[in-house]
Amino acid sequence: MNDEIIFFIDGVQVTGRPGQTIIEAADEAGVYIPRLCHYPGIEAWGSCRVCTVAANGRPCSACTQPITTGLVVENDTETLREYRKSIIEMLFVEGNHFCMFCEKSGDCELQALAYRMGITAPRYPYLWPEREVDASHPDVIIDRNRCILCARCVRVSRDVDGKAVFQFVERGPEKKLTVNAEARLKDTDLDVTDEALDVCPVGALLKKRVGYAVPVGERMYDQEPIGSDIESNTDAAPAAATEVEA
Amino acid sequence: MSTTTTRKVVIEPVTRVEGHGKVTILLDEAGQVERARLHIVEFRGFERFIQGRPFWEMPVAVQRLCGICPVSHHLAAAKAMDRIVGGENLTPTAEKMRRLMHYGQMFQSHSLHFFHLASPDLLFGFGADPELRNVIAVAGKFPELGKQGIMMRKYGQEIIRMTAGKKIHGTGAIPGGINKNLTIAERDELLVELDQMKIWARAAVKIARDYTVDNLEMALGFGSFESSHMSIVRADGAMDLYDGGLRAITADGKTIFDHVDNQRYADYIAEEVKPWSYMKFPFIKSIGPENGWYRVGPLARVNACDFIDTPEAEAVRQEFMAVTDGKPNNVTLAYHWTRMIETLHAVEKIEELLHDPDLQGDDLVVKGERRNETVGIIEAPRGTLFHHYVVDDNDQVVMANLIVSTTSNNEPMNRAVEGVAKKYLSGREITEGLLNHVEVAIRAYDPCLSCATHALGQMPLVVDLVDASGALLDTRKRG
Ligand code: FES
Repeated sequence: MNDEIIFFIDGVQVTGRPGQTIIEAADEAGVYIPRLCHYPGIEAWGSCRVCTVAANGRPCSACTQPITTGLVVENDTETLREYRKSIIEMLFVEGNHFCMFCEKSGDCELQALAYRMGITAPRYPYLWPEREVDASHPDVIIDRNRCILCARCVRVSRDVDGKAVFQFVERGPEKKLTVNAEARLKDTDLDVTDEALDVCPVGALLKKRVGYAVPVGERMYDQEPIGSDIESNTDAAPAAATEVEA
Repeated sequence: MSTTTTRKVVIEPVTRVEGHGKVTILLDEAGQVERARLHIVEFRGFERFIQGRPFWEMPVAVQRLCGICPVSHHLAAAKAMDRIVGGENLTPTAEKMRRLMHYGQMFQSHSLHFFHLASPDLLFGFGADPELRNVIAVAGKFPELGKQGIMMRKYGQEIIRMTAGKKIHGTGAIPGGINKNLTIAERDELLVELDQMKIWARAAVKIARDYTVDNLEMALGFGSFESSHMSIVRADGAMDLYDGGLRAITADGKTIFDHVDNQRYADYIAEEVKPWSYMKFPFIKSIGPENGWYRVGPLARVNACDFIDTPEAEAVRQEFMAVTDGKPNNVTLAYHWTRMIETLHAVEKIEELLHDPDLQGDDLVVKGERRNETVGIIEAPRGTLFHHYVVDDNDQVVMANLIVSTTSNNEPMNRAVEGVAKKYLSGREITEGLLNHVEVAIRAYDPCLSCATHALGQMPLVVDLVDASGALLDTRKRG
């Protein structure tokens, strides 16, 4: 039984495998832990902290923390929900997010998380930062107004596309997404077929001229809240079915 | 300006007008109205806001200009963007879906305007107690009418939801087409209530007609004046609210220009800036800034078209034109009647479209030769709406100029306000009921003031009474 690790999420016994992080094991077990920078199949990043859980009482990011036998994970608690909510709200006020006309609306993970968490308006003041749009590439646009610095494109371009088109510069509030060229996106070797373009959780990195093609009602999160796919992960349901005292 | 003590009344807000404007009424020493003006208070420069945004965002983004007729902006921008992608020759499904959306919008907006905003004045009198002169009172005293207004609005909104995806701020029209068709189930749902809508639309025409005919003498003197009229018309001269060439006629019906290619509107229309208003004053170039102003909206459209291509609306149009012996009607309060003629036309068009199998087609988008400059023109509920853009090679909008219907009606509304103020307010103690007369004149045009100043929201409107020294004598703030 060495290839099984038994641990607990919110009192429910979950079976994972060695080497898995909490979020990976939870996904397989049909337990949704909210996340933004995490993307399956690429290097864990651990920067957004939306996936924060308490593991044996200590807060940690579920996307980077490995599971261990008997680990007691708290996920869906009032405290953690509040904590995540405030992170999402901060992301909204730090950027310029106009969901009402954003082409990613309905397919945006940030927006979908806000809906799932019941956020109607952020409690913090909007910062309305000046952010640059780079539309120089013939087929791709970077709208930094909406970038949440999740680094998904950075990792996928580097590790999957083998190009390292994207990177970050500056620190703190000045931190921003940039490209690996002196000038603009058009000067990189980014191609419209690059996988990096498919992983942006928000509307920051977009293929040109295809926005709004999917009608309202048929977009990713129009019917079911974000995370529903994981929660209906029936393969995994039996593993999560036994409720035990933690 | 008079050197004697002049007083100024400023009405703020004008209730039941969507948006925020301000009316200033200047009184001379004797209490006579010297001048009255409608100003727009706030300006946030939507045209600047959208600079640098990708062009395909426009049809969705510009809707934020207006909470009342977002579909008009959606479609005007989409028509403009069709040309950017070379897709202006839409597939039948795309064009008919857009038309359905537009007629649904016209139906709901006109119903809202007539039943919610205008009917309290018409049913209870312009000077009635404001407690009684509102839509709640209409619902109380005329429950059937109150219900009709709500149900007609709802029906139009359902059409918008089924064509644009949402009741407000949908995404249906995209450059070169539409993103959905109408399912059989959706069509059948709309067909259920269609007959009822037609019955109510006919009845509404009658209410508006009877009101105008019964009060014709008063209406003739109520903020009425001769003016040119402008709208788009179909190639055969029929009323067409979605697409057509520009036509302008004089107050007595002579052609000023006709079937003008939308792309060349700027050869015919220019805009003047006046120091006291943020709203621009468009005028017909060939006449000049002084007298080149014109009216747009239902009255102008009914005046300008040769006929309406739906039978019931055409019959009532003829009845309307007979009042002025076939010449253009220049009565401000006649806007209401023409608004209801269009409402009937819209529901007839909706019926036609619902029975058209093209709405279930799958060919939704076309593209062709890319362009960088474009104009999209549509007849919005309140009148001709111009969207003019320049897009650079990176697909970013570098220039946008929008002429909204309220801007075209700027001078006419100012004239109506001044006419009514002079006639009803001069030499009298200014009461709420009298000030409402001024608002009645504004409401005939159904202005959407937030939209006209390109603000990103809605604002109320304000009226001040001020003397020549600048002292504020009275202020009205409502809504
Ligand atoms: S998803 Fe774990 S830190 Fe972002």
